[in-house]
Amino acid sequence: MNALKRLLGFVWMALAPLLVAFMFWQAADKISKASEATKSNITLQWAIILFIFIPVCIGLMIFGYYSVKGLYDHLPESSAEITD
Amino acid sequence: MANQPLTNKGMGFIIGASSVGTLIEWYDFYIFGMLATIISKQFFPEDSGTSALLSTLAIFAAGFIVRPFGALVFGRLGDLIGRKYTFLLTLVLMGGSTFAIGLVPGFQTIGWAAPILVLILRLVQGLALGGEYGGAATYVAEHAPAHRRGFWTSWIQTTATLGLFLALGIIILIRQSQGVETFTSEWGGWRYPFWISLLLVIVSIVIRMRMSESPLFAKVKAEGKISKNPLKESFGHRSNFKMVLLALFGAVMGQGVIWYTGQFYAQSFIENVCKVNFIDSRNIILIAILFATPFFVIFGSLSDRVGRKWIMMLGMILGIISYRPIYKTFLEWTKPANKTELVNLTETKASPAVAAIDAKDQTKVLLTVKYDTVYTDGAVYTHSKTDTLHLASPLKASVANASFIMPGGDTITSHIKTAKDVVLPEGIQYASVSSHSAKPGVVLEKSLDKGTFWGMVLLVFVQILYVTMVYGPIAAFLVELFPTKIRYTSMSLPYHIGNGVFGGLVPFLGTLIVEFTKTDTNPAGDPLAGLWYPIGVAILSLIIGVVYLQNKIDENVMD
Repeated sequence: MNALKRLLGFVWMALAPLLVAFMFWQAADKISKASEATKSNITLQWAIILFIFIPVCIGLMIFGYYSVKGLYDHLPESSAEITD
Repeated sequence: MANQPLTNKGMGFIIGASSVGTLIEWYDFYIFGMLATIISKQFFPEDSGTSALLSTLAIFAAGFIVRPFGALVFGRLGDLIGRKYTFLLTLVLMGGSTFAIGLVPGFQTIGWAAPILVLILRLVQGLALGGEYGGAATYVAEHAPAHRRGFWTSWIQTTATLGLFLALGIIILIRQSQGVETFTSEWGGWRYPFWISLLLVIVSIVIRMRMSESPLFAKVKAEGKISKNPLKESFGHRSNFKMVLLALFGAVMGQGVIWYTGQFYAQSFIENVCKVNFIDSRNIILIAILFATPFFVIFGSLSDRVGRKWIMMLGMILGIISYRPIYKTFLEWTKPANKTELVNLTETKASPAVAAIDAKDQTKVLLTVKYDTVYTDGAVYTHSKTDTLHLASPLKASVANASFIMPGGDTITSHIKTAKDVVLPEGIQYASVSSHSAKPGVVLEKSLDKGTFWGMVLLVFVQILYVTMVYGPIAAFLVELFPTKIRYTSMSLPYHIGNGVFGGLVPFLGTLIVEFTKTDTNPAGDPLAGLWYPIGVAILSLIIGVVYLQNKIDENVMD
């Protein structure tokens, strides 16, 4: 199972930037297609979504990195292990 | 005192006091969303771009940015000064801002101050909600005996759904007793649910004031082991941050989309895609919630025996497999093509047409014609066709009826719509129509037959059952992942990102995906395509959960 965790880590690391790129593409597409009356509103909607999703995707990338490094091979049994 | 196990009665008081407050906070948060159309009309006029921006901020920012931010602010506070005072503060903020929304005069009365005030108050609501749940779940879990932690915390888990039930119930009750017009007027019944909140919050504050601090937090405090910087210890230390990420991606993210799909997307789909009328669509959700709510406690309790992980994973698997068939069934059951129309044409009834004269331009009239199609199973589908007529000369509301001579020579007679309580003398006024809208607006509202209604209740119940599987054990699961001194902070952030962001985006991204499927040959697109978002997120969370999570129940949360 630990080998699978590490392998999947690469998937999460690759998935995160793909998701960000997809969101940017969608934002640009929807904003460019919006009418003049709704353009600023749609821009604001997408700005909020990107603002919150980019840190989440960075989190997914870090999660993948931790997986590859084997940090999830052993999960803490007690809080004493959660110290660094 | 700190480590003494509480009796069932003692736990009952703690659960009751914590749950009532959390339930009220959910109620407060939901009523704004449920009354969004009326709020938008009262505070955010459609013809203004700035107003639309403020409306977007109120809806998007409160859920997606301010909720996680509230989790950080109040989580930190809860780990520094204690659980009790922090969730008292969130309750006061939530109740105060909700009550105040009900007091803000409309745009017509105070202009731009109205949307700005409502936006600020809505952001305060989002902030308070971000701090409430983590505190209540932590507080209850830190009192509960290890072997019953899932059971006791599951009562807190019922509050989100019961808050929805309370909000729906109160809104329907007031709307039905007042009538739609009074309910939606500037100082109408839609404000009552906001005012009722004050009463509920006062009761809850009085109860919460009688509670003592969490014994585990009190112990940590007495030993001088309180975290000096909960944010840094939660997210700056790799050994804890990796658990925050695991909680988010392996459990809460999937739980969030299952929850929002089962309760909110279902209602929106039934009302907006299947076109089921306002009352039927809400009654379906209300009844399903009523029957499904006990399962939060059942699955929470079960998780004490078999572990948290597999119950949550099973809820995700069932959602992934069954969402598309369930929503396809909703469509099939309400499709007119699958029903037999009554051949007796006297049963297909047209209501008298109603003409509404434009207040500014009396040559412009909105003419609405309603007709019902009755089916053999008892279902009634009401079509309202609204046509904008442009007249050769102004129409005056001096008599009760008008007869419009259309360009083709046809004549349509209608009642003239007046302000409430104004009765016009009998008589007909004739008017020639110079032109009318190329595409009249058609609104379809379906009143369901009994069989379809109860079938839909069953299918929503099944979806809420999945919600109870993923959501019932999750408080105990989150509490057990993190140490006491940074528990409030560490569990609040993944919870509110998973639910507020991933869950909250279900309607928006669902609609966006349906847009992708629209083509020239199929302008309506695939109405089921929106489900790919919750299904995709649930699959991702399921894989991470199955591979990375342990099914262990942490007996000791005192460390």
